[in-house]
Amino acid sequence: MAQPRVLVVGGGLAGLAASMRLAELGVDVDLMSLVPVKRSHSVCAQGGINSVNALTRQQGDNEWKHLDDTVYGGDFLQHQPPVKEMADWGPRIIDLMDRLGVPFNRTPEGFRDQRRFGGTLYKRTAFAGATTGQQLLYALDEQVRRFEVEGKIRKYEFWDFLSPVIDDSGRCRGAVCQDMVSMQFRSFAADAVILATGGCGLVYGRSTMSMVCTGSAVSRVYQAGAAYGNGEFIQVHPTAIPGADKLRLMSESARGEGGRVWVPRTPQDTRDPRTIPEAERFYFLEERYPKYMNLVPRDIATREIFDICTTDGLSVEKDRLCVYLDLTHIPKETLDRKLGGILDIYEKFQGVDPRTVPMKIFPAVHYSMGGLWVDYEKSPTGGMLEGSPRNQQTSVPGLYAIGECDYQYHGANRLGANSLLSCIFSGLFCAAGVQASAGAKRAPAAESLYVAALRREEERHEALIQRRGGGENPYGIHHELGDLMTRVATVVRRNDQLSSAYDEVCALEERWRRCSLSDTGNWTNQNVVFTKSLGDMFPLAKLIIKGALLRDECRGAHYKPDFEMPGIAATDPEGKRREAEEWCDRFEANTNKWLKSTIANHGADGHPQITYEDIDTSLIPPRPRLYGLVGGEVIEEVWKERLRAREVKGGQAAVREVGVGAAQS
Amino acid sequence: MIMKSDDHGGESAARTIPVRVLRQDAPGQESYWERHDVPWEPNMNVISVLQKVAAIARSQDGRPVAPVAWDCNCLEEVCGSCTMLINGRTRMACSALVDRLLEEHPDGIELRPMSKFPVVRDLVVDRRRLFHSLQRVKAWVPVDDSFDHGPGPRISPEEQEEAYPLAECMSCGCCLEACPQFTRIETPKREGETDEQLAARRTAAFDQGFIGAHAVSQAVLFNKHPTGKMIADERMAALTGPGGIQMCGNAQNCVAVCPKHIPLTRSIARAGRSATLWALKKLFDR
Repeated sequence: MAQPRVLVVGGGLAGLAASMRLAELGVDVDLMSLVPVKRSHSVCAQGGINSVNALTRQQGDNEWKHLDDTVYGGDFLQHQPPVKEMADWGPRIIDLMDRLGVPFNRTPEGFRDQRRFGGTLYKRTAFAGATTGQQLLYALDEQVRRFEVEGKIRKYEFWDFLSPVIDDSGRCRGAVCQDMVSMQFRSFAADAVILATGGCGLVYGRSTMSMVCTGSAVSRVYQAGAAYGNGEFIQVHPTAIPGADKLRLMSESARGEGGRVWVPRTPQDTRDPRTIPEAERFYFLEERYPKYMNLVPRDIATREIFDICTTDGLSVEKDRLCVYLDLTHIPKETLDRKLGGILDIYEKFQGVDPRTVPMKIFPAVHYSMGGLWVDYEKSPTGGMLEGSPRNQQTSVPGLYAIGECDYQYHGANRLGANSLLSCIFSGLFCAAGVQASAGAKRAPAAESLYVAALRREEERHEALIQRRGGGENPYGIHHELGDLMTRVATVVRRNDQLSSAYDEVCALEERWRRCSLSDTGNWTNQNVVFTKSLGDMFPLAKLIIKGALLRDECRGAHYKPDFEMPGIAATDPEGKRREAEEWCDRFEANTNKWLKSTIANHGADGHPQITYEDIDTSLIPPRPRLYGLVGGEVIEEVWKERLRAREVKGGQAAVREVGVGAAQS
Repeated sequence: MIMKSDDHGGESAARTIPVRVLRQDAPGQESYWERHDVPWEPNMNVISVLQKVAAIARSQDGRPVAPVAWDCNCLEEVCGSCTMLINGRTRMACSALVDRLLEEHPDGIELRPMSKFPVVRDLVVDRRRLFHSLQRVKAWVPVDDSFDHGPGPRISPEEQEEAYPLAECMSCGCCLEACPQFTRIETPKREGETDEQLAARRTAAFDQGFIGAHAVSQAVLFNKHPTGKMIADERMAALTGPGGIQMCGNAQNCVAVCPKHIPLTRSIARAGRSATLWALKKLFDR
């Protein structure tokens, strides 16, 4: 029998890891990417990559705690077996990347250095300067280049994935793709196809994501029948540098080192910020959170900055929402020593020195926790069974999804430095199962299947090129879509807004059908490639909005003030106790109702059909996230009592004693 | 539409930026200059200028034109995509701030494609040769496999601090554009030639050309790595073969234009010394 052949779409960390491992297993790989794989979005990751390590282990850390931090951080909205497997693989993955030559920062003795990231008590994060993602990607890129020289991997760079080829039995047998230089179409026969195409930040116009993160490949398989999970969960990072072209990340460490967030009390005060007296400045985080000040948790900081600009109208600028992040009170030498790298980025792109002038920052869309629904096979030890063809397989047999474009690992909110791990893990781990699936005996697909699929894409392309006279500008429509999505489906979500936004997205989609192309040629036509990808943003925008509209609760990144569970108002012990009992009742009721993944299927009418999927919480029972909540300590007490009562009753020895998160007193 | 000056005297609201772009519709075709007037906005970079050019899709005289084609991705100077000649200087378009450019050249901004690589279209060039050079010098750690064998070798902080800057090379090609010894290799498709034949002919041509500062520096990086150095001889063979390090004319332009400030000339000097030693060793080993 011929060697199995696998098409990997996307050459970031996940796609490269999968390609490398598949080539090693003897599978022939076609690796396709919109850009040379070395230029993939993974290079933008700065902070680091998490795993339990020798040092944290001796401080009481273990893989179970990494699992616990990840599911607690994700508000329990992920199946636990895959997360367990990922945490278990963490140490091996860091060791591997170390062997591949990643220049991890070192301790004086020559061990890998680690730093601490959000959502954990341990220094789990290995890092390589301020460009960990770049360094990890390069190490995998180099191994893939090695296999390329050996002829085991063939690269197709500057190619656009247009549609999966699906046979009558519903199995994916390859894909139709387009060379973005010559604009030629080609069908690729494959025994399995893996999508590793990242997030969909461009649905929001500008984000911290790269220009290739349109979500188009994912949208195309969704429209071809693959299910999409938890689309409404989009991580918004509190501090990014607004730019005309993109929103660049400003690390949380700026606030960690004493940065203060403020706005002028006079809306859009035109004075130089340095001349605005203290009394006329509104340090809103410090005033509203006297305990945490500027270092409130990420989601709260994001919400407050967003609200002060939109609801309170106190944005520093009129046309561009932003607040000041001020470091100018800190001595320059301190700033250079501790924050040099990130301040240079601000200076390089804003042309202003943040050591002397307050930075202007605003939250920005940063990561898609949701993505293509993927399967897994549970192992006897509660993790994932390696080698199962079900692992990472979408609802379309033979079609796999890994990395940011799957929905599997981060639930309702992703922890910092877990994304690089999930990308490399899902890529490496899926390979054995994909090999099994690709190598299984089955009749070859009919040639006519590929011809018909190719023809469909050619016709679609021709129709777009030939389209005349609509006069709509795709770049203008993208701008409007981005503004709309950013307004209604990021930080604060309200049902009336979501409901009307859904109609507005549909209206924009109609206008997209009337786009005129400014380039109708057939050579390196970026205009038509962009217009196509824009058209594929609407199905994603619709499933994000619909999922958010239907989900009447607050969970992780999804925040609806109308369904918030307020803290405890009573001040007397009895009242507190009573309210805490009620709070826990309500929490349990809400868990029963909403601890479910949103599953979207593309309807024939173009609208998403939403169903819900139960979640495997067999390893760690869900518990409330009480960070910063008034009366959190009383609620925690009540919750623990209930848990113990249940343990005694059910004899459930597996329930471990884990603190109810960061309910701080 | 091109903005007209308004009568409020608000200079910023009315300003437009004259942008001259050297365009070329496809390989083998004549290039031509095209002028665009782009409305000024605060905090613009050359990427946002090109985004506006694409959205407006009209030249300065109001003619409908196809959007200018260009490469970009991360927009934060870490992916290496958007290299071009901006006011004659090779650099990344994302970190080229418009206000700074206008301070230096108030007359406007001039954009040209890199000259050392074949033009695909407008500002898009074919940089496959650059990646091919990384194959030539075997820029990787030759591990047995990707299965678990415990951690990598112990590395001192000093070694890490030396390796890290070299590892930051994003393959943008600025060093090659600036290098007098790195000359353009173009292999247009011949009549009746298959894609495979063309690829073979292109690879053969690349193998004769100068590998360039970026690849020399990568060879130095991997020859210092405890596992990477196990195939140091193979890298030295590439560095001393045709198109190898002997072609470097020591103009030192590479280090001056590197957006990541990689000490390329230091790498070249190191590689040169190793090459001499290696050649002597080979002579005596015979």
